[in-house]
Amino acid sequence: MEWLRSALLPPQGSAFAGEIDFVYMFILWLSIVLFVGIVGAELYFVWRYRYVPGRPTPHQTHNTKLEIIWSVLPLLLCVGLFFWGIDGYMKFAVAPGDAMEVQVTAKKWLWQFEYPDGTRTVNEVHLPADKPVHFVMTSEDVLHDFYVPDMRVKRDVIPNRYSEIWFTPTALGEHVSTCAEYCGKGHSDMHAKVFVETKEKYEEWMATGGDEWMKHTPEEWGKIQYEQKGCATCHSLDGAKSKGPSWKGIWGKMEKLQGGKTVLVDEAYVRESMLQPQAKVVEGFEPVMPTFQGLLRENEIRGLVAFIKSLK
Amino acid sequence: MEHTLTPGAVLGDRPRPEKNYLNETTGIWSWMTTIDHKRIGIMYLCGVSTAFLIGGVFALLVRLALLNPQHTLFGRVWVTAETYNRFFTLHGVVMVFLFIIPSIPASLANFVLPMMLGAKDVAFPRLNLASFYLWVGGAIFGITAMVLGGVDTGWTFYTPYSTTTDGSVGLMVMAAFILGFSSIFTGLNFIATVHKLRAPGMGWFDMPLFVWGIYATALIQILATPVLAITLVLLLLERTYKIGIFDPAYGGDPVLFQHFFWFYSHPAVYIMIVPGMAIISELIPTFSRKTIFGYRAIAYSSVSLALLSFIVWGHHMFVAGESDLANVVFSALTFLVAIPSGVKVFNWLSTMYKGNISFETPMLYALSFLFLFAIGGLTGIFFSTLAVDIHLTDTYFVVAHFHYVMMGSTVIAFFGGIHYWWPKMTGRMYSEKWGAIACALIFVGFNMTFGSQFIMGGQGMPRRYFNYLDKFQPIHAFSTYGSWVLAVGLFMMAINLLVSLKTGKRAPDNPWGGTTMEWESSSPPVFHNFEHQPVLEHEPYDYRHRTVTHV
Amino acid sequence: MEQQADTTKIGMWLFLVTEVLTFGGLFAGFGLMQSRYPQEFIEAHEHLQRPLGALNTVVLLVSSFTMVMAVLAARTNQSKKTVRYLIMTIACAFIFLGVKYFEYSHKFEEGLLPGSFYHTQATDTVKIINAAGQVVPSHGYATFFSFYFMMTGLHGIHILAGIGLLTWIAIRANRGEFSSAYYTPVDLVGLFWHLVDLIWIYLFPLYYLIS
Ligand code: HEA
Ligand code: HEA
Ligand code: HEC
Ligand code: CUA
Ligand SMILES: [Cu+2]
Repeated sequence: MEWLRSALLPPQGSAFAGEIDFVYMFILWLSIVLFVGIVGAELYFVWRYRYVPGRPTPHQTHNTKLEIIWSVLPLLLCVGLFFWGIDGYMKFAVAPGDAMEVQVTAKKWLWQFEYPDGTRTVNEVHLPADKPVHFVMTSEDVLHDFYVPDMRVKRDVIPNRYSEIWFTPTALGEHVSTCAEYCGKGHSDMHAKVFVETKEKYEEWMATGGDEWMKHTPEEWGKIQYEQKGCATCHSLDGAKSKGPSWKGIWGKMEKLQGGKTVLVDEAYVRESMLQPQAKVVEGFEPVMPTFQGLLRENEIRGLVAFIKSLK
Repeated sequence: MEHTLTPGAVLGDRPRPEKNYLNETTGIWSWMTTIDHKRIGIMYLCGVSTAFLIGGVFALLVRLALLNPQHTLFGRVWVTAETYNRFFTLHGVVMVFLFIIPSIPASLANFVLPMMLGAKDVAFPRLNLASFYLWVGGAIFGITAMVLGGVDTGWTFYTPYSTTTDGSVGLMVMAAFILGFSSIFTGLNFIATVHKLRAPGMGWFDMPLFVWGIYATALIQILATPVLAITLVLLLLERTYKIGIFDPAYGGDPVLFQHFFWFYSHPAVYIMIVPGMAIISELIPTFSRKTIFGYRAIAYSSVSLALLSFIVWGHHMFVAGESDLANVVFSALTFLVAIPSGVKVFNWLSTMYKGNISFETPMLYALSFLFLFAIGGLTGIFFSTLAVDIHLTDTYFVVAHFHYVMMGSTVIAFFGGIHYWWPKMTGRMYSEKWGAIACALIFVGFNMTFGSQFIMGGQGMPRRYFNYLDKFQPIHAFSTYGSWVLAVGLFMMAINLLVSLKTGKRAPDNPWGGTTMEWESSSPPVFHNFEHQPVLEHEPYDYRHRTVTHV
Repeated sequence: MEQQADTTKIGMWLFLVTEVLTFGGLFAGFGLMQSRYPQEFIEAHEHLQRPLGALNTVVLLVSSFTMVMAVLAARTNQSKKTVRYLIMTIACAFIFLGVKYFEYSHKFEEGLLPGSFYHTQATDTVKIINAAGQVVPSHGYATFFSFYFMMTGLHGIHILAGIGLLTWIAIRANRGEFSSAYYTPVDLVGLFWHLVDLIWIYLFPLYYLIS
C-alpha cells in the first residue's frame, strides 16, 4: 500500500512520520470500509427496493438490538482511535534532553533561526540527521505556524509566548517548512528551507556559518556581528566610554596601553584584541574582555575588522 | 418523462381556495410589514439565496485565482495576494454568517415548522419580523464592509492580526454581531413555538423529526450565540481602544480569543448540520414510503448532538497553544460526536430497507447527502485523532472536510428541502428532468472540486495560500474545473425553480404523499395555514393509514 | 390569555438564558486572565472601594425585595401599592448608579482605566521588560480594569434598561392596567430585574473580594 500512502502523504522525513502515517492509513482504511458499507447499502437498497406501484412497506419502527450494536461498535472503534492518537501525540509533547535547541523567531514574513552558538540564519535551517532537534519559537507580531510537512510537525508561533516542537530528522536532503497560520499578505510565501545533512556536512556548514556572509558587504557583516556577538554591550560606536573603549575613530590611531607602551590600531592588533584580549590591555580599562577564540569565524573576524575600519 | 406527480401522490381532493397567503394582500408594503411566518420565510429564502450567490461568486474567484500559480488569466496577472485574502475572507464570512446559519432554520423552518405543528404562526410573529430585519441590517453592514476596502482576516478573525490589520474589520464584526442577534431571536421563537403551539393531541414524540432537529438547533442558537456577541464586542474594543484582552502587545491573550471564538463556532457547525439532517429525516421516509426507523433514536441524537457540540470546541486548537491535557480531553470528547451522527446514518439506511423508493429530485439530494456526509463526517474523525490532526490541521484537508459537511451536506439537504416544499410554498411543480440533471451536475462538480483537496491537504498544502508550490498545480487546476461544473449545476437548479414559478404545473396539496401536517393545508397554504385547526390523527411517518391514490 | 402569558414567559426565560451566557463568557475570560496575572489582579482590586461595592450590593438586594412586593401587589389588585413599590425599586436603581458614578469618577481621576488608557503605575509592583527594553508595570493591571469596566459597564447598561422598563410598567400600573387577571408585564420585568441583581451578586465578590 506504499503507493497509496505516497499519493496521499508527503515523503517521510522524520522518525514520527512513519508512525503518524500508520495511524492515518488505518483511519483511512477504516473510513473506506465504513463508507463502502454505508454507500453500498444505500445503492443496494435503492436498486433492490426501487419503486413499484402499490407495493406496501412494512411498519418497522425500531429494533433495540440493532440500535445498541451500531452505537456501541463505533464507540469502541473511537475509543481505540483516541488512545492511539494520544499515544502518537504524547511523543511530540516533550523533547528529549539531549536535543539540539534552536530558537525560532517568526515575523511578517520570515523565519529566523538561532543556534546554540549564536549563529543565525534566515529562512533556512541546517540540521544533522538522526539527532533530535528542539525548536523554541516565538513571534514578533501576529500568529504564525511552523509547519514542516515532511516531518509531520506543526505548531502555532505566538507573540509573547514560547511554543515548542521537536523531531528527529531522518531523510537527508532539502525539506520545506511553510507557515500554516494565516498572517496576511506574505503568508503563502513564508517558507523556510530545512536542510538535513550528514554529520560531516553539517559540521562543515557550522564551521563556515553558511553562505549568509556572502550576501553582505564586509562592513555590514561586521555590524551584524557587532550586534549579535555581544560586542555592543561593551563597545559604543559614538565615542562614549563603556566597559570597553569606544570603537569610534580608533582605526589608525596610536593606542596607549597599560605600562605606557603604545600600539598602532591596525588589522593585526584588532585581530589580536579579539582572540587574545589580555595580551595588550588598553590604558584605563580592566582586562575583562573575554576571548572570542573559537567563537568568531574567519569571515566574521574579517567583517568586524572592516566594520571597525569604517568607523571614522 | 416529464411527470410532475410522484407515483404515490395524494391528490388534493379539495378545490383550491381562492385566497392564499401569497395573494391575500398585495403590494411591497404588505410584504415588508407582514408578520406571517410563511412570508417571512419566503423573504428569508430570497435573502439567503442572494447571500449564497454572493458567497459563491467569491468562491469562484478564489478558485479562479488558484487556477495557476502565476495567477494569470489570458496571459495577464489579474489578482494580488491582498485581493485573494479578501476573496476568501468574504467568501467565508458571507457563507457562514449571512447564508448557512440562517439558511434552513430561518427560511424553510420558518415556513414549515408552525405548519408541521398545526399552528397558525410562530409564538412571537413580530419578533420573527424583527429578526428578519436584523438579518437585513447585518447584511447591509456586511456589504458596506465589502465595499469599503473589504476584510482580510479570514472568517475566524484571529487576533492579533484582526486587531492590527487595516480594512473594514470593525464593520464586518458589527455585521456578525447583528446577525448573531437575528439568529438568537429565531431560535428563541422556535423553542417557544414548539413548547406552546403544538396541535391538540400532539405530544413531544408525535412531532415530525424536522421539528426535533430545529428545536435542537434553536437550543444551540440561544446558548452559543451570546458568547459570540460578547467576543465580538471585546474584539471591537480591542481594535479601537487596545484594551489588552486579546492583543499580546497590550498583555492580552490571542489564545483566549480562539477559545471564545470556537466556543461559539463549533456549536455553530451543528447549527448548520442538524437542520440539514432534520430535512433528510423527512425526505427519506417520504420517498421510501416507509415509517422512519428509530424515531426516538433520531430525535434524541439531534438533542445530544446539540449538547455535545458545547464541549468539543478545543479540537480547533490542537496546535494553537492550549495545554496537552486540554488537547487530550477535547480529542476524547470529539470522538463522542461520531456516535449520534452514526445513529442517524444507520437509521436512515434502515428506513430505506424494504421501502418503496422513488427518485424525485428531493430524494436525489437526500441520496447525495448520505454519500457526501459519510465522507465529510469520517474525515472529521481524522482530526479528532490528535496525532493525525497535527499534520492535517490548517491544510486543504480541513478545507475539504468542512466543504463536504457544509456545502456537501447542509447545503445539499437545503436544496433537497427547497425542492421538497417548493410545491407547498409556491403552488407550482418544477421540472423533474432538469431538477435531476442539475442535481447530478452538482454532485459531480462538488466531488471534483473538494475531493481533490483531500489529496492536496494530506500532501501538505496549507490553507489560505495565494501562492503554492508547483507540485500542487494539476490538482488545483482540477479543483477549479470542478467548481465550474458545480456552478453550472447550481445555475441550472436556480433557473429550473425560477422558471417553474411562471410555467410550472399547479401543485396538488400533497404531491409526494407526505405524512406530516403541512401537507394537509392547500398548496400554497391559506393565510392562517389551515382552513380548520388540524388534529393529530396518527403519528408522523405512519404509512399504514395512508390512502394512496395512484396516478 | 393564560396560554399567551405562558408563551411570553418562556420567551423571557430564554432571553435570560442568553443574558447569563453573555456574562458567563466574560466571567470565564476574567477567570482565565486572573490565572495569568494573579498578583496583578490582587493588587489592582485594592484600588476598588469595597464599602461602596458592599453598599451597592445592599441597595440591589433591597430593590429585589421591593420588586417582589410590586409583583405581589399587582397580583392582588393593589395598583397603588404596585406603583409605590415600583418607584422604590427605581429609586434603588438610581442610588446604585449614583454610587457607581462616584466609583467611576474616582477611577478616572486615578487613571485606573482599561488597556492602553491605564496610567497609574506608581504602586504596581509586578514589572516586565517591554519590547523597547524599558522596565514597565505588567499589563495585568490594565487588563484587570478592562474587565472591570466591561463587566460593570455592561451591568450598568442593564440597570439603565431596567429603569426604563420599570418606569414603563409603573406608568401602566398607575393607569390601573394590571390586575390579578393580567400582570404579565410586571412579572416579566420582575424576572429581568432579579437577573440584573443576581449578576451583581456575582460581580461583587469577583471584583471586590479577590483573595
Ligand atoms: C456542518 C458543519 C460541520 C460538521 C457537521 C462537522 C462535523 C465534524 N467535524 Fe468539523 N469542521 C467544520 C464544520 C463541520 N464539521 C468546519 C467549518 C471546520 C473548520 C473551521 C475553520 O478552521 O475554518 C471544521 C474543522 C474540524 C476540526 C478541526 C480541524 C483543524 O482545524 O485542525 C475537527 C477536529 O476534530 C473537526 C471534527 C469534526 C467531527 C469529529 C465531526 C463529526 O460531527 C462528524 C461525525 C460523523 C461521522 C463520523 C460519520 C457518520 C458516522 C458513522 C458512519 C459511525 C461510525 C463512525 C466511526 C466509527 C468513526 N472538524
Ligand atoms: C456554507 C459554507 C460554504 C459554502 C457553501 C462554500 C462553497 C464553496 N467554497 Fe468555501 N469556504 C467556506 C464556507 C463555504 N464554502 C469557509 C467558512 C471557508 C474558510 C474561509 C477562511 O479561510 O477564512 C471557505 C474556504 C474556501 C476555500 C479555501 C480558500 C483558502 O483557504 O485559501 C476554497 C477553495 O477552493 C473554497 C471554495 C468553495 C467553492 C468552490 C464553493 C462552491 O460550492 C460555491 C458554489 C456556489 C456558487 C457557484 C454560487 C451559485 C449560486 C446560485 C446560482 C444561486 C442560487 C441559489 C439558490 C436558488 C438557493 N472555499
Ligand atoms: C565584557 C566586555 C567586552 C566584550 C563583550 C567585548 N569587549 Fe572588546 N574590550 C573590552 C575591554 C575592557 C577592552 C579594553 C581592554 C583590553 O584591551 O583588553 C576591550 C578592547 C577591545 C579592542 C581594542 C580596542 C582599542 O581601543 O584598542 C578591540 C578591537 C575589541 N575589544 C574588540 C571586541 C570585539 C570584536 C568584540 C565582540 C566580538 C568585543 N571586543 C567584545 C571589553 C569587551
Ligand atoms: Cu506567517 Cu502565515
Ligand atoms: Cu469543530
